[in-house]
Amino acid sequence: MSELRKISASPHVRSELTTGEIMLDVVFALLPASVVGVYNFGYKAFLMIVVCIASCVAFEWLFEKFLNRKSTVGDFSAVVTGLLLALNLSPEVPYWMAILGCAFAIIVVKQLFGGIGQNFMNPALGARCFLLLSFTGQMTTFSYDAVTQATPLAVIRDGGTVDLMKMFLGSTAGTIGETSTAAILLGLIYLLVRKIISPRIPFCYIGTFSLLIFVYALASGIADPFYFLGMQLCGGGLMLGAVFMATDYVTSPVTPDGKVVFGVLLGILTFCFRMFGASAEGVSYAIIISNLFVPLIERFTVPKSFGKGAEHHE
Amino acid sequence: MGLMTFKGGLHPYEGKEISMDKEIKDYFSKSDMVYPLNQHIGAPAKPLVKKGDRVLRGQKIAEAGGFVSANIHASASGTVKAIEPRRTSGGNMAMSIVLENDGAYESIDFDENIRPLEELYCDDVRDIIREAGIVGMGGAGFPTNVKLTPKDDEAIDYVIVNGAECEPYLTSDYRRMIEEPEKLIIGLKIVVNLFPNAKGIIAIEDNKPKAIKKLRELTRDEEKITVNAMKTKYPQGGERQLIYANTKRRLNSKMLPADVGCIVNNVDTMIAIYEALIEGKPLMDRIVTVTGDAIANPCNFRVPLGTNCRELIKAAGGYMHDAPGKIIAGGPMMGKDMISLDVPSVKGLSAILCLEENVVAEMEESNCIRCGKCGGVCPSGLMPAKLAVLSARGNLEAFEVCDGMECIECGCCSYICPAKRHLTQSIASARKQVLASRKK
Ligand code: SF4
Ligand code: SF4
Repeated sequence: MSELRKISASPHVRSELTTGEIMLDVVFALLPASVVGVYNFGYKAFLMIVVCIASCVAFEWLFEKFLNRKSTVGDFSAVVTGLLLALNLSPEVPYWMAILGCAFAIIVVKQLFGGIGQNFMNPALGARCFLLLSFTGQMTTFSYDAVTQATPLAVIRDGGTVDLMKMFLGSTAGTIGETSTAAILLGLIYLLVRKIISPRIPFCYIGTFSLLIFVYALASGIADPFYFLGMQLCGGGLMLGAVFMATDYVTSPVTPDGKVVFGVLLGILTFCFRMFGASAEGVSYAIIISNLFVPLIERFTVPKSFGKGAEHHE
Repeated sequence: MGLMTFKGGLHPYEGKEISMDKEIKDYFSKSDMVYPLNQHIGAPAKPLVKKGDRVLRGQKIAEAGGFVSANIHASASGTVKAIEPRRTSGGNMAMSIVLENDGAYESIDFDENIRPLEELYCDDVRDIIREAGIVGMGGAGFPTNVKLTPKDDEAIDYVIVNGAECEPYLTSDYRRMIEEPEKLIIGLKIVVNLFPNAKGIIAIEDNKPKAIKKLRELTRDEEKITVNAMKTKYPQGGERQLIYANTKRRLNSKMLPADVGCIVNNVDTMIAIYEALIEGKPLMDRIVTVTGDAIANPCNFRVPLGTNCRELIKAAGGYMHDAPGKIIAGGPMMGKDMISLDVPSVKGLSAILCLEENVVAEMEESNCIRCGKCGGVCPSGLMPAKLAVLSARGNLEAFEVCDGMECIECGCCSYICPAKRHLTQSIASARKQVLASRKK
């Protein structure tokens, strides 16, 4: 019998959970939104999802090959990035543009900062903002039923009305994955049940935003504040952002209190961008700006250790 | 009332079913016994015998080398063969008394040591415990009489028996609670009576309902003793977690349990106290669970201290297959990898755990994805990912500011980390460096 065994430090058992499994769970949670997107926008949306996932994975593999790094394709994080980016694009965006976005997300935002876990900005969102700034026209052309249309938020901003139920279910113009609040909520429930994310960020984000919108609606004498609130919640990328992008582990605070602060900050920023900004949307920028504050937030929200303030008993 | 517990922690695979229903079996070795002189915290013991001396079971062969130290007694009869450095289960060499075992287990007359309880003053009880060489048998090995001598006896409110046995696979405490509950209760009563204001608590995780039931029945008429059921969660039996769960009092790394009015002892220690006072026996044996998925016939053995570990594995039917992936002294969360099997069982060895190759445990580290799970399970409320980074950078100052010294090295953070980072290991190494620099 050989006595040569690998010697290692305790603990000698580990949980089954791996990074790859977490990422796969996120993919699962994104499925309802993806399915509704494909249902709404047809083969174009499906192709967009395939192209984005494939190119993100390819860029990751190529870049790591090129630098002789260990490949991290197996952790599925590039799949999540690709899928998220696709869901954040209008189905009208040309594929080459989407591929360029993928390259930006994986190479510039993620790998140049050291790969998974090291980036300070969500790769998919970074790419979306990059594309928005570079190709504003194509990025903001939306359609529904193959007819070019304005998004509900833009319609309302210009004084029109939209059926709230349609917005909730998702049969409106918008990016592939953002239109159906119902589908995103399904994903949220899955993430919460599987304990992939804590409810703190999405709840604080949406809660703060709702409160501000409601007060704003009352203060500015909007006729039906509840309708206004409902459509602000269901419209635009708020739900997709709050559930899937603001909760990105890497670019949100790890501390429990930090998550609350982060959510509140997001709510405030999104409110300001939407109500006082130039465009009807504001979620992406709100998240990216808040990402920059994460280190600061974490510094001030260090949890209290167990024995802090422990007192001698007489 | 909900079950008693603490914040954080986790619930790894228990693995207790494979040995929890195995009755304690005596195992008497016929081969050499080895007694390391440092099987406790504090100064090593000083040998009282020399090569060629004949000794009997129960005879004191080494005496405490200071206030914080412990006597050592022979667990078999025979002739002292050598006093020389031998390897211990921790991997280091330690000066040890080696006894050529004659296999007869001829013992001294224990009855001579027995004194009626009523005649004893508190200090006599402590003396007997010290004389018997009793130390904390959960692994730490702190001399029990020192623990039982706090600054102020009146300030002690609770004497807690740690029956959590929260480490997976271990079942020695459980078997003792089931098989020898009366001894445990008497041991506890003896300790409670040392302190005028103390109550006794037997704290057990709720995955051992039989033990809870039995001890509750037996203590029904004991006013000063309660049996508390705690949530089954690792590390419920960690000293600070245990005290918090049972009394809601917190302590940190700079405090002792006595600072919050508590004395904590584990099950084996309490029974050793019983045996010392009632049966006149010094600490000579302990229960060792030989278990794990790589062991053919897992067992709970009562073994004389000093028994060779390889022999114990053989006595448990040997391995299922060729060689196990891992052999651990203690539990899987905090136990130590055994480099060699030719080491003696000592006062603090609760188990020999043999595990088959485990894919997950051997996965390579990948980047931290900042999921925060490590902080979520940390019973000390720390941020393990951050501490590990500070440790890797060698920034010990910041490590201390971030309360790194509060880590109890429970292993929860490494266990849960999806990136399989060796958090506990790197935090432990920084702690060691800080402790070393403090000593200077
Ligand atoms: S559990 Fe692992 S991956 Fe998650 S934050 Fe802690 S160190 Fe990072
Ligand atoms: S090993 Fe230390 S840092 Fe890790 S969970 Fe346990 S107490 Fe916390």
